[in-house]
Amino acid sequence: MIKTDICIIGAGPVGLFTVFEAGLLKMRCHLIDALPQIGGQLSEIYPQKPIYDIPGYPEIKAQELVDNLMDQIKPFDPTFTLGERVEDLEQQADGSYIVKTSDGTQVHCQVVAIAGGLGCFEPRKPEIEGLEDFEGKGVAYMVKNPETYRDKKVILAGGGDSALDWTIYLADIAEKVTLIHRGDTFRGAPDSAEKVFDLAKEGKINLILQSNISSISGNGHLKNVSVLGKDKESRDLEADYLIPLFGLSPKLGPIANWGLNIDKNAIEVNTFDYSTNVERIYAIGDINTYPGKLKLILCGFHEAALMCQSAFKYVYPDQKLSFKYTTVYGVNSF
Amino acid sequence: MIINLEVEDRNGETQTVELPTEVNLNLMEALKASGYNILATCGGMALCATCHVQVLRGLDQLPAAQNEELDMLDTLPDAGFDSRLACQLKVNESLDGIKVKIRGDEH
Repeated sequence: MIKTDICIIGAGPVGLFTVFEAGLLKMRCHLIDALPQIGGQLSEIYPQKPIYDIPGYPEIKAQELVDNLMDQIKPFDPTFTLGERVEDLEQQADGSYIVKTSDGTQVHCQVVAIAGGLGCFEPRKPEIEGLEDFEGKGVAYMVKNPETYRDKKVILAGGGDSALDWTIYLADIAEKVTLIHRGDTFRGAPDSAEKVFDLAKEGKINLILQSNISSISGNGHLKNVSVLGKDKESRDLEADYLIPLFGLSPKLGPIANWGLNIDKNAIEVNTFDYSTNVERIYAIGDINTYPGKLKLILCGFHEAALMCQSAFKYVYPDQKLSFKYTTVYGVNSF
Repeated sequence: MIINLEVEDRNGETQTVELPTEVNLNLMEALKASGYNILATCGGMALCATCHVQVLRGLDQLPAAQNEELDMLDTLPDAGFDSRLACQLKVNESLDGIKVKIRGDEH
């Protein structure tokens, strides 16, 4: 089991900066994020977009801010669990918590800081009856291990970059690859689109345009996918796997089940220290709400600083907290 | 000026919404301000598609979608030829009299 002082749920900018504020108070942090990379929305949605309201930076690209935050927190040696979703918080007899993830990782900590932004990014699922019954039995929303699809009949659905990229990649691996797309053009990366059309012309993939999946069936495992065209023509395809790729959308997810006061998908906090209604659990950044809340990165940074001052009493119950300026004392690494 | 548009929510209820054009809002922001539940993850950069609306009337009177909007719409499972991202539609006279149905993710 991983042991730390503060377990931070969410490795976006606010979660990352919490490591710095905690580090100044000699508290160690472990971060968990459902995405496979750090940075939260900044890295996932708009890495190349400029941000203009970070104090001291007239303009900074989102990914650059994430990289800078990683540099800033390096002295405090944070540890990470990425690509796993926190499912459960279990309070121990001494008040501490064990945080459990979807993949069975366990983190023991004194304090939980939820910096979960808009929630977990989860794959967008098309509306197909019975789709969820086949999850893990032929239906997957991301390609984890391409080898799974070797010599299999694979159907991909979607028109974005990832649908194009995986179609191209799996064309060499799978027995048969079919790409189903609602439109008749692809506007994503033109190179990938051209390659997909070429592969279709060469007969290496099966490209079905202006069509949607109407139903799926199978006996315990996916076997058939029915496709309905814009021209109302229906066809049935044999399939071992179906991979709908329609991007990611944030969902609050299991956070809703932890006994926290929630208002419109945000966690209510006390602005004294951004604590929730449950002792030792704090919520900072876009995920919290309070009168006057502004969803700004800079507000999240402020919340992180105040939260750490308050969390200190749980990590060092016998010590008195004394506030120190970094300019006077520097940044003392662990 | 004040424009009027009809908005159908996810439950199929339709209301007329009055919007001023002077405030420099986009339709996503204006719908949120009017109390509609729209996630708007990316805040209006055409990067998340959560403000997806279907234009039930007046599609032709809208400015054409730019590539980044079309690209994002392509990633949606339920987008049609009449789909737009509300964040890419400026609240101005081009929206007067249209009817939209909210399709994107709730929060």
